[in-house]
Amino acid sequence: MKRWLPWTIAGALLVALPFVYNAPYPLHIMVVILIWSFAYTSWSIMGRFGLVSLGHGGFMGIGAYVTALLWNHAGMSPWLSIPMALLASATIAILVAYPCFRFRITGHYFALVTLALSGIVLQVITATRDHTGGSLGYTPERHQGGSSIYALQFIDKETWYLIALGVWAAGIVIWYRVERSMMRYALEAISEDEDAAAAAGVHVTWEKLKVTVLSAMMTALAGALYCQYQMFISPDTVSGISISLQMVFAVVVGGIYVSLGPTIGAIITILLAEVLRISFGTAAVGYDNLVYGVLLVLFIIFLPKGILGGLMEARARPQAATAAQPKASRA
Amino acid sequence: MLAVTDLSKQFGGFTAVDRVSFTVGKGEILGLIGPNGSGKSTIFNMISGTLTPSGGAIAFEGREIGGLAPHRVTNRGIGRTFQIPRPFRRLSILDNVILAGFYGQGRHSKKAAQAAAEQALDLVGLPHDPHAKVDGLGAAGLKKLELAKALATAPKLLLADESLGGLDEHEMNQAADMLKRIRRETGITIIWVEHIMGVLMRVVDRVMVLDHGEKIAEGPPSHVARDPRVIEVYLGTDTQAADAAQTRIA
Amino acid sequence: MDSIFDIYLLEALLNGILLGGVLALLGLGLNLVFGVIDVVWICYAELIMLGMYGMYYLHSVYHLPLVVAGALSIAIVGALGVVLHLVVIQPLLGTAPINQLLATGGVLFFLQSAATVLFGIEFKNLGLRLPVIELSGMFVSYARLLAFGAALIGMVLVYLFLAKTYTGIAIRAIAQDRQIMGLMGVDTRRIYLITSAVGGALAGLAACLLVLQYDVHPFVGLSFGPIIFMICVLGGLGNIVGGFVAAFIFAEIITVGGLYLDLEWGYVFAFVFFVVMMFIRPEGLLARRA
Repeated sequence: MKRWLPWTIAGALLVALPFVYNAPYPLHIMVVILIWSFAYTSWSIMGRFGLVSLGHGGFMGIGAYVTALLWNHAGMSPWLSIPMALLASATIAILVAYPCFRFRITGHYFALVTLALSGIVLQVITATRDHTGGSLGYTPERHQGGSSIYALQFIDKETWYLIALGVWAAGIVIWYRVERSMMRYALEAISEDEDAAAAAGVHVTWEKLKVTVLSAMMTALAGALYCQYQMFISPDTVSGISISLQMVFAVVVGGIYVSLGPTIGAIITILLAEVLRISFGTAAVGYDNLVYGVLLVLFIIFLPKGILGGLMEARARPQAATAAQPKASRA
Repeated sequence: MLAVTDLSKQFGGFTAVDRVSFTVGKGEILGLIGPNGSGKSTIFNMISGTLTPSGGAIAFEGREIGGLAPHRVTNRGIGRTFQIPRPFRRLSILDNVILAGFYGQGRHSKKAAQAAAEQALDLVGLPHDPHAKVDGLGAAGLKKLELAKALATAPKLLLADESLGGLDEHEMNQAADMLKRIRRETGITIIWVEHIMGVLMRVVDRVMVLDHGEKIAEGPPSHVARDPRVIEVYLGTDTQAADAAQTRIA
Repeated sequence: MDSIFDIYLLEALLNGILLGGVLALLGLGLNLVFGVIDVVWICYAELIMLGMYGMYYLHSVYHLPLVVAGALSIAIVGALGVVLHLVVIQPLLGTAPINQLLATGGVLFFLQSAATVLFGIEFKNLGLRLPVIELSGMFVSYARLLAFGAALIGMVLVYLFLAKTYTGIAIRAIAQDRQIMGLMGVDTRRIYLITSAVGGALAGLAACLLVLQYDVHPFVGLSFGPIIFMICVLGGLGNIVGGFVAAFIFAEIITVGGLYLDLEWGYVFAFVFFVVMMFIRPEGLLARRA
């Protein structure tokens, strides 16, 4: 009861926020932060187990483009096309990840194979420019009459804020579900020693595939949501290596092993980009990535657990030190 | 319970195991010994699924298991330990064993897995403090954890790659007694792989000796220890060890 | 109808071989660094991009002769390889390889943005009009032929360096067994630095050849980066011969595929081929890990 109280209060405050304060620009920034937080959380669900995928830009692109294409070309409601996008994303994930896991391609080998995936999704989008608009981008057609639940299009930012908040919260809940599940035990074990995990009875390929498909589908949902909210997508903003690396970067900065790490990462990176944009205007094009790049290198060298992870560890350390003492005397 | 027939393994042109046959009866402790490179680890790995046999059959409870994936072998009821303990350091000691209890028995509830884990930890004599970390364990403790993980998978047959080399005399005896006690309390069948004879001879019902991938002797410890071929290829290099083995058996 | 079709196909095949030479060169530096240091430079294509800018500025802006500009560009990117190793890789050598890969991902961001800030996002080119050669009805660009030739020479030089010089032999030995060579008194640090320099220089050479045919812009690395990584993975990371073979296969797929559809489709086919190969011949991927 007591443990839930702060969460409930924080949740209520977040839900109440747009009804009290609804200036369009801050609300827009918050929606963007929530959507990306969800995408980064999706990545970290598998990334935290050493399954470092650089293919998530591809999954995000699939989510965004499948949804938009089915709407424009087939008039299919996002309520139907988003599940199809998730299914497509899951299929691609299985196609690429299964041989990797079956033949034990792990670590940086896995990162490289998945890197090819995000590169190729970008190429496909560009190559099919007759249908997707290529690198110029793509706009889902506006539904007549503005906001529509059927078209999942809303003019007002408050609705989007609540949708994004709900999806983001679902992402955090999934994170905790994984954290508390036996799957976490299996994946922690696998990340250390696949043979020993198999000897304990763990079906290594299956467990890895499950978490990969989960993560890929969540990421595709983030892509679809981004598309519906922004009403404009381009290969560079929802797919490709840059987006994949951006996910890794934000998660590493925020903290890969903690539930809110990816969210913190999203807040920091997006606010940084906005501050640079507002203070320097168009002169600052490229400056945000410049700072990201340097920060990513610095974080990996000096603070690999991320800001939130590092803070939590620093807080836990005095306790751990006292807890370790009696054990030492026993030995 | 386990019937191995004409089991062979070639690596390229090299024959590591050459048509070895043996059986293990229910509740038995079989010692599998041989010098380094004699093929005992290869046999062990073929039974546990890590290696696929080049020829021959491995029948466990009447069903063929040769070539099955390691996790399926575990789920069928064959638990294994690794010679060098391979704990999961990111999990606590208890969670290591809960993991084995959960997945080893083909996934049932976490509660049942926890109960199985606590039982296994009791059996090997490790505390089930949920916060105790693997890093706090010494060499003997790690071997106990390795054993507890295997036991938590509820095996009918335990493949113990013991290698007590890293332990002192006292710890060796403790480990041997533990295997004996486990058999007594659970009725598990055990294959104990070892490259030194020593304590093993005191515990096992039957010994099989391998050399260069072939079986050269099989029988009760006292009998095998007197076998001239065994003394020649195995103990002959170290007469003191042979004497020690003889006195222990006596 | 048939004969025209054939000549186009033949032309595409020939162009594929020429492209293969360049791709093989692109993969060579990355493979070398991976084989010796066990590190993947994700920012490899961005080093090439900097080399292309080097060529552009030295030749088109400062009017240095092409050969001089090329030599300087190679030296500059080689030096960048050393800096990359000292600043980013060396502090991370003891940690998981994935950390090194991600850190070079940070460098990728940094270099892209630095190029955007310093050079702008406009497409730039040398403005060279190299002739097209006609070979019995087939058209082959002189730039491609030149690139192919230079790539071959570069690869032969690297081969000779690895096979004949003391340092080269030490590099190959370290690629075989990192621990042993350290124990035998080979200065691993020095070998790593030399490897990084050579890896960078190869990126520089690739840059000189690419800039003859393509425009340079800050994101040009993204267009051929994935293909380089696919080549290296399929050939077996660190396996130079494997990378070589994979480069030619990919080049043929891209050009012949691009003949019937757009060039991007060539890339898509290459990727499909890559995934299929992973299913049927994972040994290619695992060659060095066994």
